[in-house]
Amino acid sequence: MTAPTPSQTVGPFFGVALPFDAGADAVPVGSESAVRIEGQVFDGANDVVRDAMLEAWHDDQIARCRTDEEGAFHLTVRKPIAGNGEAPFLKVMVFARGLLRHLPTRMYFPDEEDANASDRVLNRVDAARRHTLIAHSDGDVLRFDIHLQGESETVFFELRS
Amino acid sequence: MSDSEPDYEPPYLYPDYRATVLRAPKHQPVKLPAEWFHRTRGPVFGRIPVRPEDADLTRQHKGEPLGERIIVTGRVLDSGGAPIRHTLVEVWQANAAGRYVDPADDHPAPLDPNFTGAGRCLTDDEGRYRFVTVRPGAYPWRNHPNAWRPAHIHFSLFGAELSSRLVTQMYFPGDPLMSLDPMVQSIPDARGRELLVATLDLATTEPEWALGYRWDIVLRGSGSTPFES
Repeated sequence: MTAPTPSQTVGPFFGVALPFDAGADAVPVGSESAVRIEGQVFDGANDVVRDAMLEAWHDDQIARCRTDEEGAFHLTVRKPIAGNGEAPFLKVMVFARGLLRHLPTRMYFPDEEDANASDRVLNRVDAARRHTLIAHSDGDVLRFDIHLQGESETVFFELRS
Repeated sequence: MSDSEPDYEPPYLYPDYRATVLRAPKHQPVKLPAEWFHRTRGPVFGRIPVRPEDADLTRQHKGEPLGERIIVTGRVLDSGGAPIRHTLVEVWQANAAGRYVDPADDHPAPLDPNFTGAGRCLTDDEGRYRFVTVRPGAYPWRNHPNAWRPAHIHFSLFGAELSSRLVTQMYFPGDPLMSLDPMVQSIPDARGRELLVATLDLATTEPEWALGYRWDIVLRGSGSTPFES
């Protein structure tokens, strides 16, 4: 086996390269079963992170959004269907200046209480921290904040197998 | 994959790179079985537009950018050495003067009206990518007094699996700034740092036109059909 090429930070200057037209919308805004997700990224001082990028993946969907001056991002996706003993979720990747490697996490849906309670991945996570992986309903949108550090530090998963 | 696979990833917390201090998570990442997580499928990235002209960063404007024209090419492989075909490669870089177009860059070096510094391509049937660009300049940053980044090109790649996603930086051979750079030095082993350095390659060089550099990239995991959980 060959060693994988090591990671380096995305840095602060990816803005002209990685975002693309309608990149934050994996499905058209307003299309059937489209869900809008909004959130902010926070650091260990609870300051917003203005130079982060999020990707959300599921099957044929990819959404990519850079955070703005308020550390805010938004994504539009079609809610996945549950399968294989797992609750519906999105794969989420967090990139930022100051992250030498990106941080993989998952976003679960708040209206799936039963499926979330029996989800095999959520059940591997310390019960006290599980809530960091579940979005909140906030009117017409889902709210999903990312805390890189601090009391509400988001649960991230190990990249290396 | 076995635990004995060589691995040279930097840690999340590396205080010499100051921005890691408030951004590196304090909890250990949760480890999941590979078949639940690492080997699940990566995203279908076909929605990200790739035009043929995106692979030539010197032909995106009316005139040619200033600086030393170079060709950067190599293969994208999985950790078993198999080529990763038709995968997306995205690059971005400073211009020859060490300045990014990104409005967040306030380094007082000139912008080049003929250079944006962003490119995309797909690897071919042999996993090969190729960009034409100009050699980026070194530039200062405020991490510590008199801090300068070595010349580098940023790369972003997907691969087949969740675990193969990679964002990294390619450096140039013989750059004395590498030994002073906390981002490079965050990689704990000289063998790992070497993996980020391109090789000057006369076979890639086009005589009377552009120097060629070769840099192969190895993505985590195998490129074989992943187990979808």
